[in-house]
This record gives sequence, C-alpha cells and structure tokens, in this order.
Amino acid sequence: MAEMKFEEALKKLEKIVAELENGDLALDEALEKYEEGIRLSKVCAKKLDAARKKVEILLKADDGSFELKPYDEKSDEDDKPQEIKKKR
Amino acid sequence: MNEAEKHIYTVSELTKFVRVALEDALPSIWVEGEVSNFVLHSSGHMYFSLKDAGAVLKCAMFKRSNLGLKFKPKDGMKVLCYGRLSVYEARGDYQLIAEEIEPRGVGALELAFQQLKEKLLKEGLFDTSHKIPVPELATRIGVVTSPTGAAIRDILNIVRRRFSNIEVIINPVRVQGEGAKDEIASAIRQFNKLNNVDVIIVTRGGGSLEDLWAFNEEVVARAIYDSNLPVISAVGHEIDFTISDFAADLRAPTPSAAAELVIPRKEDLVNRINNSLIRLKNSLSGMVQTLSEKFASLKDSYALRQPLNIVTQYEQEVDDLKKDLGIRVDHVVKMRGENFNFLGGKLGALNPLAILNRGYSVTVKLPGGAILKNAASLSKGDTVETRLGNGKFRSIVEDVQ
Repeated sequence: MAEMKFEEALKKLEKIVAELENGDLALDEALEKYEEGIRLSKVCAKKLDAARKKVEILLKADDGSFELKPYDEKSDEDDKPQEIKKKR
Repeated sequence: MNEAEKHIYTVSELTKFVRVALEDALPSIWVEGEVSNFVLHSSGHMYFSLKDAGAVLKCAMFKRSNLGLKFKPKDGMKVLCYGRLSVYEARGDYQLIAEEIEPRGVGALELAFQQLKEKLLKEGLFDTSHKIPVPELATRIGVVTSPTGAAIRDILNIVRRRFSNIEVIINPVRVQGEGAKDEIASAIRQFNKLNNVDVIIVTRGGGSLEDLWAFNEEVVARAIYDSNLPVISAVGHEIDFTISDFAADLRAPTPSAAAELVIPRKEDLVNRINNSLIRLKNSLSGMVQTLSEKFASLKDSYALRQPLNIVTQYEQEVDDLKKDLGIRVDHVVKMRGENFNFLGGKLGALNPLAILNRGYSVTVKLPGGAILKNAASLSKGDTVETRLGNGKFRSIVEDVQ
C-alpha cells in the first residue's frame, strides 16, 4: 500500500469523493468509502512532503545495455549560446 | 587550297575542341532557370533541363553533389544552379555540370521543410486522432536533449520550483549537426523500450533553421509518431515551429513551458487534497442528515397508518359487550329457566361476534378507521379495511352506489 504512486492515490481519492457525492450508496458502504478516502488523503499529504528529487542520465554502453547515473547539474554550467549560433 | 593544307577535324577532335573551349571560357557559373524533365536516376545522379522563354540547357548533377540536398527539385521549380559547362562528347551535348542547386525565392531549407511537412501531413503523421493524452501529473519525466544545454537547465529549474518529488531521466543526444537526427530518434525509441518514464520531452534551445534542422527530419518525426509514450516537443523559441512539433502529442513554446505542462505546483496539489477532504466530510454528514430525516418521517407516518389501534379498540368494545350480555343472560336464566335455551340461543345470535361468524362484516375507512355505515362517505379510490368473523382484509373502492 505504501508503494502506491502519488497520482494514483490522488485519483482514487477524487473518485471516492465523486461516488459519495453521487448519493447512491448505502450507509455502511458510504462509511467504508469515507474511511478509505481519509486514509488516501493522508497518503497523498505524506508523499507531497517527501522531497525526493531524483535526476539521472541514461548512458548507453557499447553492448547495447543501459545504465542510469546521477546527473550532476553543477558540472555543466559553462554552456554558452555558442552552441546555438553556428558560423556560416 | 588543296586537300593537304586545310585541317580536317574528326568528329571527336572537334567535339573535344568545343568542350575545352567551353570549359575554359566558363569554368564556374551561376545559372537561373526553370526545372524541366527532371529525372533522379537509380544511380543517384540527377538529370534535368533548365529552361527559360528562349532556350533550354541540359544539366547533370552527380550523386556526390546532390547527396546532401535537403529539398527535392521538381519540374516547374525556379532554381539557381552553380557549376561548370562541359560537353558530353559521346552524344555531342553541351551541358551544365551542376554542383549546387538552390530554389529561387525561398531558401532550400524552407522548401525542404514545406515539402516534408506536406508529405507527412498527407500520410497522417500529424492526425489529432493519433495523439496520446499527456499525463496531468507525471512522476517520471524523460528528457531527450543535450546534457549541457540551456533546455535541461530550464526544465530542472521548474522541477525545483514546483514539485521536487519527481524523477527526471535525461537521455543525452546531440541536438544539431551530423548524426543528431538519428540520436534523437534512437533516444525516443529507447525510452519506449525501457518504459521507465511517464512522458518524454524532446527539446533544445533556440537557434537558426540550420541549428534546429535535426528536429525537422523525417526519422525524428516517425520516432515520435511511433512512440507509445506521450511526447511533448519544445524546440527553439516560441516562434519556431518544427516538424517534431506537428508530430508530437503536445507542443510547448519553450522547455520551461513543457515542464510546466507535466509538473504541477505543490500548492495546487495541496489544494486538491484539502478540497477532497472537505467534500468527503460534507457528503457524509449530508448523507447522515438525510437518512435521519427520512427515518423520522417514516416513524410518524407509520403510526398514522396503523389500523391496529382501531381494531384493538373495537375488540375491547366487543369484550365489554360480551361481559354485559353475559351478566344479562345469567339474570334471565335465573328469572326464566325454561326459556333459557331459546333466549340463550337468541342472545347468542345477537352477540356481535356471532354476527360476524354468520357472514356479516365490519368495514372501516382508512386512514382514520371510522366504521362505515353509509356508502356515501366513500369515494372511488378510498382504502377500506374489512373485518370478517375470521381475519380481515384491505381493499380499494372501485365504485360507490
């Protein structure tokens, strides 16, 4: 359950809200959905705060295999517009 | 003059003479004209004529010269050719050996762009019906771009500002020059094969038409079209439109704009969660409220509809009557012993309960339960309850007479 992705949890939560507002549910079913909704909102809030930014670069080896390496943003700051204008 | 003195040329000699004379006189020239009889030979060589109102010039553009051409020359097209004059001796044709060819009036690249756009449009590569919806909220973003360019920096800025809890995978490519188009196309295919992202952003910073050219190549357009993952194209500045933009599922005017499309603002997400919470609580309390109101009204109406009260009352009356009669019977028996049986029988017959057993019934009108004596107090559609010697039933009035 803890592995559910943020957008999955949020979508499920909003779906439950719609079902409850629709008003066709029996009381005990409604209570169940309500509890599930509360639980999902907590999961969403928790994931929002987990500031886990991950930036990686995909590297291709000669044998065709792939590898993910962390991308260092600072190391390439020297890029200048000269990449953009070529001499004619 | 006799035969020994005049120079007699062979055909070959003369033709060679003409060739050399032409090649020396006009070694490199620019010629303007309209293309006609254009043929692209299977050898890769191009043969065509340039004409104007007064004359026609045969031309040849060999494979090594025309290989790098971005546009396709067509009959009727006005062009500028650069090359040298020569003579194809075997046929005695003089011709222009073209080394360069350019369309007149519009740049070669612009023309190539128009031609490819039209071709792919006709094929349906830009059809809206083929496009995949881009996720509102992606947690894994793939970026096909230069790892050192401004585009990826802009995108990472947006990530930092808006919602850090996101995974960005960069597939590094050359974004211009030789081989760039193949790297870009491969990168898109690789993301599809690995399927490790929710959306692909194909992007590079601004530049001239030449600089952006890789993103106008057919192989890139096809890779985008074939992608099962949604592709956002953000190439160059706001005013630049490339073929990838048309093929992509979404175009963004800049790399930042592309990131903003798929990375939501944290506050917006917080609001969505809170909003849902409020609606959850409201709908549940609303539901409980409705149900308790329903229950209350049901309780009241049920009591009103209870005929049991009336019958219980009636039964009590009958019991009282029975008691009364019982006393009187005893009294009469004491008084007139010999008439006991007869009287008893008669009295017995008069017992209201016995009357019911003889087939008579009591009918009450519902709701209210008033005992009916007069049919005039009924109308069609009224509900009535009838008590028999054994049991009771309910009916709806059909006709009153």
